[in-house]
Amino acid sequence: MNIRLYMAQRLSAIIMIPLVFGHLGVMIYAIQGGLSAGEILSRTQGSVFWFMFYGLFVIAVSVHGAIGLRTIMSELLRWNDIALDAIMWGFGLLSIFMGARAVSAVTWL
Amino acid sequence: MIKGIKGHRNHPLWYAYALHRVSGLALVLFLPLHFYVLSLALTQPQRLDAFLHWTEIPAVKFAEMGLVFLLSVHLLGGIRLLVLELLPWSPRQKTWAAVAAGGALFVSGAFLLNAV
Amino acid sequence: MANTNDTMTVKVWRGDKNGGAYQQFVVPRQDNQTVLDVVSWIQQNQDPNLSYRFACRVGMCGSCAMMVNGTPRWTCRTHVNKVLDANTLVVAPLRNLPPIKDLVADMDPFFDKWIDAGGHHDPSASRYDAMPQIAPDDAQRAVANESIECINCAVCYAACDTVAHNENYLGPAALQRAWTLYNDEKVNDTDAVLAAVSGKGGCHNCHSQGSCSLYCPNELNPMRAIAGLKAATIKHQLKRGR
Repeated sequence: MNIRLYMAQRLSAIIMIPLVFGHLGVMIYAIQGGLSAGEILSRTQGSVFWFMFYGLFVIAVSVHGAIGLRTIMSELLRWNDIALDAIMWGFGLLSIFMGARAVSAVTWL
Repeated sequence: MIKGIKGHRNHPLWYAYALHRVSGLALVLFLPLHFYVLSLALTQPQRLDAFLHWTEIPAVKFAEMGLVFLLSVHLLGGIRLLVLELLPWSPRQKTWAAVAAGGALFVSGAFLLNAV
Repeated sequence: MANTNDTMTVKVWRGDKNGGAYQQFVVPRQDNQTVLDVVSWIQQNQDPNLSYRFACRVGMCGSCAMMVNGTPRWTCRTHVNKVLDANTLVVAPLRNLPPIKDLVADMDPFFDKWIDAGGHHDPSASRYDAMPQIAPDDAQRAVANESIECINCAVCYAACDTVAHNENYLGPAALQRAWTLYNDEKVNDTDAVLAAVSGKGGCHNCHSQGSCSLYCPNELNPMRAIAGLKAATIKHQLKRGR
């Protein structure tokens, strides 16, 4: 961990504070009466707001999760810097790719 | 009982750290699965619905509550850390750690009550 | 001697850098007895080969810290009554430092990191300049004052799991010293102080577990000092970015 990773970690955390509160609210609201693909899609499809909301969320959580994973691997398994940077970039890019697919799946018309 | 060699860990802020780490790791591992299931809406909507039916099972709902707890405790614990690091010092860190854990229990309880 | 109410069981770690094991002793109980008294009694009455370190015996020199029942303590000011567990004391050399022999830990990594974190004086003026006047109630001086009672006992260093998991991490004592220097008007280059704590082993590794502040025998608050460094380094980085 150095100052640049630290700042990216904290900045992504600050961005996610309102997003996670919103996500928790949506979950508690949406779970009532069970979940169905139709119900989720009717709420999110074609919505610019949910596209922006979850698009930003995916970017922030990928940065935050990748740096967190790097720290845990460093402290728990004591990997060297090359392996740590590999898992950070690997997880981060995979997460952004999969997240972008998920967001486009539920918000695209 | 003789306390083991790890006696130095037996205090609230160390447990707050452990909870933050465990919840963070669990959420990071859950994330790719979460994204995969949602992207089924794009490719195989019928499989997404089959999966969502599976989430009606009570045990699965209980596991979902666990995820909600992990997310909310990581959120509230993270806010405590950001306040500790970036805003003027508060000496009541143990209180704030307890508030974070309690708040997360409340949120996940609200989720479960709405789910059943 | 049998283990009765007049005695206690004391397990003492014996060994060196290659490993070791606990050796059991039965030691008489006294009304007023510190852990250092117990260790000294064993060395004087049971095994003159037992190695341990102490000097002042009044909590000023910082040389007698050891692990006592899993927790780092200054042994000269730790009463047996306070830490005895099931009539047993387990005494070991300080954690997170290589053992030299028995209860003596090698303090070199601790002091090396003290220097690495900028723990030396870089004056802002020479002897030919006037002495800077600093009011005792100056706000910045008050912050610097909070940490100057550190006795370098390494209790915080032994208590910290981030030190245990990350060999580069400078640790609570060294970072707290850097925070004091940062707030000292007589220090020339505070940017250099921030640079020294912003690297791979710097203040940003701290997870605020708070064991340093909980166990510091002088009741200092390294966790707070490290939080101060984190905020100061962010501010400095943002200013430089502009």
